[in-house]
Amino acid sequence: MLLRLLFLFPLLIFAVGAYFFYLGLDPARDPSTIPSVLIDQPAPAFELPAITGGDQPGFSTGDLGNGEVTLVNVFASWCLPCRAEHPLFMDLAAEERVRILGINYKDEPEEALAWLEELGNPYERIGADEEGRVGIEWGISGVPETFVVDREGTIRYRHVGPIHPVELEELILPILERLQ
Amino acid sequence: MIPELGHFTLVLALLVALVQGSLPMLGAARGRADWMAVARPAAFLQCAATVLAFAALTWAYVVSDFTVLNVVQNSHSAKPMLYKVTGVWGNHEGSLLLWVLILTIFGAAVAGFGRNLPPSLKARVLGVQAWVAIGFFTFMLFTSNPFERIWPAPLDGNDLNPLLQDPGLAFHPPLLYLGYVGFSIAFSFAIAALLEGRVDPAWARWVRPWTLAAWTFLTGGIALGSWWAYYELGWGGWWFWDPVENVSFMPWLLGTALLHSAIVVEKRDALKVWTILLAILTFSLSLLGTFVVRSGLLTSVHAFAVDPTRGLYILLLLVIAAGGSLALFAWRAPSLKAGGLFAPVSREGGLVLNNLLLATATATVLLGTFYPLFVEAFTGGRLSVGPPYFNATFLPIMLPLVAVMAVGPMMAWKRADLAGVLGRLKFVALAAVLAAAATWYIQEGGPVLAALAMGLAVWLFLGTLWELGERVRLFRVPAGDSWRRARGLPRAAWGMSLAHAGLAVAMAGMIGSSAWKQEEVRVVRPGDEVALGGYSFRFDGAQRIQGPNYLSDTAPLTLLRDGRELGTLYPERRFYPVQEMHTTQAAIRTNGLYDLYAVIGDPQPGGAWTLRLYLEPLVPWIWFGAAFMALGGLVSLSDRRLRVGAPRKAAKAAAQPAPAE
Repeated sequence: MLLRLLFLFPLLIFAVGAYFFYLGLDPARDPSTIPSVLIDQPAPAFELPAITGGDQPGFSTGDLGNGEVTLVNVFASWCLPCRAEHPLFMDLAAEERVRILGINYKDEPEEALAWLEELGNPYERIGADEEGRVGIEWGISGVPETFVVDREGTIRYRHVGPIHPVELEELILPILERLQ
Repeated sequence: MIPELGHFTLVLALLVALVQGSLPMLGAARGRADWMAVARPAAFLQCAATVLAFAALTWAYVVSDFTVLNVVQNSHSAKPMLYKVTGVWGNHEGSLLLWVLILTIFGAAVAGFGRNLPPSLKARVLGVQAWVAIGFFTFMLFTSNPFERIWPAPLDGNDLNPLLQDPGLAFHPPLLYLGYVGFSIAFSFAIAALLEGRVDPAWARWVRPWTLAAWTFLTGGIALGSWWAYYELGWGGWWFWDPVENVSFMPWLLGTALLHSAIVVEKRDALKVWTILLAILTFSLSLLGTFVVRSGLLTSVHAFAVDPTRGLYILLLLVIAAGGSLALFAWRAPSLKAGGLFAPVSREGGLVLNNLLLATATATVLLGTFYPLFVEAFTGGRLSVGPPYFNATFLPIMLPLVAVMAVGPMMAWKRADLAGVLGRLKFVALAAVLAAAATWYIQEGGPVLAALAMGLAVWLFLGTLWELGERVRLFRVPAGDSWRRARGLPRAAWGMSLAHAGLAVAMAGMIGSSAWKQEEVRVVRPGDEVALGGYSFRFDGAQRIQGPNYLSDTAPLTLLRDGRELGTLYPERRFYPVQEMHTTQAAIRTNGLYDLYAVIGDPQPGGAWTLRLYLEPLVPWIWFGAAFMALGGLVSLSDRRLRVGAPRKAAKAAAQPAPAE
């Protein structure tokens, strides 16, 4: 009988371990899913110079809000998906539906200017974030990324990755209309 | 279309596995040969279906099909082709598919090679294999379907974690999984034996090669993983006692114990119950590894995305597989007949000691890995257990193990003469003491443990060679006779010597790199020279280079010794824009005895860079040693006894007393 108990021993140890694993799986335990902390928060304070050699002004926190809804687009000349979404911004700018400001992220000034020369410039202002510090302030996880900022300067929406035409129609334009 | 085909074949594989898991098991219980015979074609079909599913996912990656969610999340059109293919298993869903692919390939291999297994044993083994597969197929289909579509399809993917964009990804996970999954065969045999109520040497003869193969793969996988961490993470370390490393190390430790206890079952028909328990526990630890990496249970640098639903499902699988088999063990194992008796001082006794030490070491690692979880459950506090714990508990167990490793192989079966064996090793002991003293002298004091451990490494290395020398009667008979004897030795004997000597070499590497590492961290400007270990490194400024999907800052370092140029090192710091991540590419220059290791850190204002330089003594030996161990496993696998078709003869031989080696 004692021998039988000995054979039960591994099972008992395992049961205790499994119980602790179960406790460890409590979904509330690990806040690993970080939602974008900036949503419904005022845009971060920053000040970016113009692209060196460009003829457009730079871009800082003061340019946001002011009673206008704004799209803030983070782009770079080395980023292929940016090239893919760029025509959408050109159309938006041509139709004057919304003010678009750009953050040129970790880019060489000459390359950024050549890129805008080639594809067109939909941005009212562009801030050059050569070090990527402001990108950290905005909490971006990659390029491109686009934010919708409302009349009061509060971030209302964050889009990670290039904007697809369908997403523009069904997601972003409705938000813009609501805010305007 | 092709992803749907993959999804469909995955469902098909699950259905086949359900048949394979039920009909042959029932057939074995009722003695229906026709039902049992279903297992073989089912195993083949299940494997074929899984191969197709895997091929479908690989296809989706190769052509960058961004309608498949998994591809979007883990790939990018600009990613080099090598990483598109290896990216298939660089994520949770895809790696599960690889896991189950290997599982079904092993299942098919048992079905193919196992023609001369007793039909009921074979039916049960394949049945248990099928149940393991069912667990993983349902897990994938219900919680982690790799073929899920996304619409609208994004224009490009999110790219693979840059740390994984390395050739290491091509070999490390597959080898690791071959090891983990290989232990499933030992597990299936153990469960089948419990169901049959019988364990005999023929059973061990079957379990041993599979365990050996799994052990060899796992050795290779762990060694490669540690090498990868060494050159990719840029910290100059090769083992961090990280939970994910630990969970791969535990099955290895226990698998090593299983490998040795299976010898005792095969040769002496003893330790049967213990071996069964080890087989169950080793595979349970492999499952635990899969569980920890994917559940977010413990924090680690290389865990997959956290998802509590998945964690719960794997926990359920673990409870069924490990809990169920341990319950079966508690119920059936007491009725297994005990085998041959042996004196405490004997080869068997040595192997039991080996098993006890390895099992204790495993328990130590297990406790250290999960201690934070226990503490959190009781007190709610978070803490982490680091290298100091493991150095304080694990090493004192491993050092005695190494000490007895040299002695064990020289002991006779049943009853041995310990004093006699130690007498035969007296010159080896002398050399070991001299090595320890020399180490002590060279390092001018320094850590005592390093001197002691170096002595033990020499003891193991020379002891292993001495044992081999005695076997071939080196210097006692003419060299030609020794050569003939050496050629006549069983491959398994060569394998053991290679593996044991390999461990000694790896140990020396571990000691050298932990005890005598030199480090230099400096901020440098172009033209600056940094001296380390008799070398001088000249920084000539960093250059920006455009890679396929990254930007690189490369800093050529001119290596000088006594004013003479020896060459250039190219440490890199890469920026992967899509993932917003920096990685370091260490520049390593080795001469086989030590590594010079250079990493550049963050740029400083004014064209300056932080530069970290390491001199790592003996570090290459860790991987030479591990390669020898894996080679030993392969050589041993090629032993005639274990070769395909050999069991036919082996089954007959099993009736006669097995000759002692």
